[in-house]
Amino acid sequence: MAERHAPRLAVWKFASCDGCQLSLLDCEDELLALAQALDIAYFLEATRAPIRGTYDLSLVEGSITTPHDAERIQEVRRRSRALVTIGACATAGGIQALRNFADVREYASIVYARPDYIHTLATSTPIADHVKVDFELRGCPIDKGQLIEVISSFLAGRKPATPAHSVCLQCKLKGNVCVMVAHGTPCLGPVTHAGCGALCPSYDRGCYGCFGPMETPNAPSLSLRLATLGMDEDALRRVYRTFNAQAEAFREESERHDD
Amino acid sequence: MTEARSIVDAAGIEALLEALRGQGYSLIGPTVRDEAIVYDEIATLNDLPRGVGDEQEGGHYRLTRRNDEALFGYVVGPQSWKKLLHPPMLRLWSARREGDELRVEAEPEAREKFAFIGARSCELHAIAIQDRVFLGGPYVDPHYRARREDVFVVAVNCGVAGGACFCVSMDTGPKATFGFDLALTEIVAGRSFLVEAGTEAGSALVETLPHRAATKAEIEEAEAILARTAENMGRSLEAGDVRQLLARNLEHPRWDEVASRCLACTNCTMVCPTCFCASVEDTSDLAGLESARSRRWDSCFTLDFSYMHGGSVRQSVKSRYRQWMTHKLSTWRDQFGTSGCVGCGRCIVWCPVGIDITEEARAIRESDGQKGAT
Repeated sequence: MAERHAPRLAVWKFASCDGCQLSLLDCEDELLALAQALDIAYFLEATRAPIRGTYDLSLVEGSITTPHDAERIQEVRRRSRALVTIGACATAGGIQALRNFADVREYASIVYARPDYIHTLATSTPIADHVKVDFELRGCPIDKGQLIEVISSFLAGRKPATPAHSVCLQCKLKGNVCVMVAHGTPCLGPVTHAGCGALCPSYDRGCYGCFGPMETPNAPSLSLRLATLGMDEDALRRVYRTFNAQAEAFREESERHDD
Repeated sequence: MTEARSIVDAAGIEALLEALRGQGYSLIGPTVRDEAIVYDEIATLNDLPRGVGDEQEGGHYRLTRRNDEALFGYVVGPQSWKKLLHPPMLRLWSARREGDELRVEAEPEAREKFAFIGARSCELHAIAIQDRVFLGGPYVDPHYRARREDVFVVAVNCGVAGGACFCVSMDTGPKATFGFDLALTEIVAGRSFLVEAGTEAGSALVETLPHRAATKAEIEEAEAILARTAENMGRSLEAGDVRQLLARNLEHPRWDEVASRCLACTNCTMVCPTCFCASVEDTSDLAGLESARSRRWDSCFTLDFSYMHGGSVRQSVKSRYRQWMTHKLSTWRDQFGTSGCVGCGRCIVWCPVGIDITEEARAIRESDGQKGAT
């Protein structure tokens, strides 16, 4: 095989907790292979290098919450051949999108001594609301196996195997007993995008919806069921309003349970 | 083959497990895990759910405590034997680049011999249905065949009917009539089992166990138990003409109604003992040196399932539910010559919102010929 230039990788951070980009460093077994397959050209969590030229693959973490970031994402897009968003912040606005349901100025006045120093947008929005995104990887945080799969598929020029069906399918593949049917535990699995490997139900917990809505979610029907398991309107509003509160299906369903 | 029925006690069942293990079988049977009865490896009689019953309804399953020590006093749980014969995940082949060469290695076929302990009649019908799918046509599935051909089946005739059972409607139970080496009927809870041999191997095995000939009264008692079970089915489905009923009601408004409740979560298809669909996934490593192809259970309720170039054919949940139900009860007959439903009730119980295939069929029957708005 002819010697070829390793594709240049950049990892960008917007409003987020760094957890998703740290998943990359968490890929201990694959880290060497990763560093061989890619030229890690910009990744502030791992190395301080200046932004220079263009990048073959940009992984973008975080949501857009400031006027400055709204401009910066345009620059990132211009410099990126492929742009992949990673995590709930970048794909759905993250937990900070709770501001979208409230008055951000009021929040700022409570939190900061000098709120006038804070230049923030009224909303937290996903990257795809601002620039064209080539692929969105879900999760809060993302699953590192899925991250390796996305990078491997990018390198091979194939479609990543990150199915958009419900968490239920993953539970059944693992042989889990359904926590909702057999234990009466409220669970968002039926409306939630797979990818975590059905983590919570594997430990007898209901799904919290960290990966956001599945491909064709029917949240109103699930809510009727959750109500019979004891969730009142307040609980129903809150259960959909977490890390993926701004994702359309979850937002609409939480708003249906607003006063 | 001995036609006579025998009686064994709990020690006889223990001896049966022991003998099968001695013959090199992996014993798979019902056992309690995570507050449900699942099929898993069992070692001794103590692993069976003694004195346990179950309460089953649409979207609802709970274990209960029976007031006796019955070993088989419950019906089918969330899993079926499908998970052993047609595993949820299976690597098909892997490939490795070595210099200029590409080496492809097919996944070896399973060598394990399974003994299924406690398979119910509806499940034997389901296995027969999957046999037709995987072994019956011109293209035999080698992995299924390898897992299937040496299975030793110890069937259990159902002493109770579950809340979602309708095998009587589907003519698939509650008494096992084929597909077993031995069939047990628990006539005195935890203590006395009527044994019927279905094969020479089963018959020979009984001879090695502590047993005695069954009396006429015991045989009648077993028949009475099965008759009671048959009378207590939790559900019923008018199966005689359901194939034609559904075929002429593809535009019935009920499909819209059920789609408003259906979560398209795939649970019904995952727990169904006859659903056999799988998807094939390719993976490759970071260095581009290794790749593999694997298959995993898939479902007609996912969008990817009907994806062809340009998009998914079944965009609406309505079209997906209709596809599933008409396949089970109607077009399966066109395709394989039998019903695709065995009346086990799992799809009803393990649907998170309790959608009931018998209720859906009834609703369509009651307004046969009605057309939807479109």
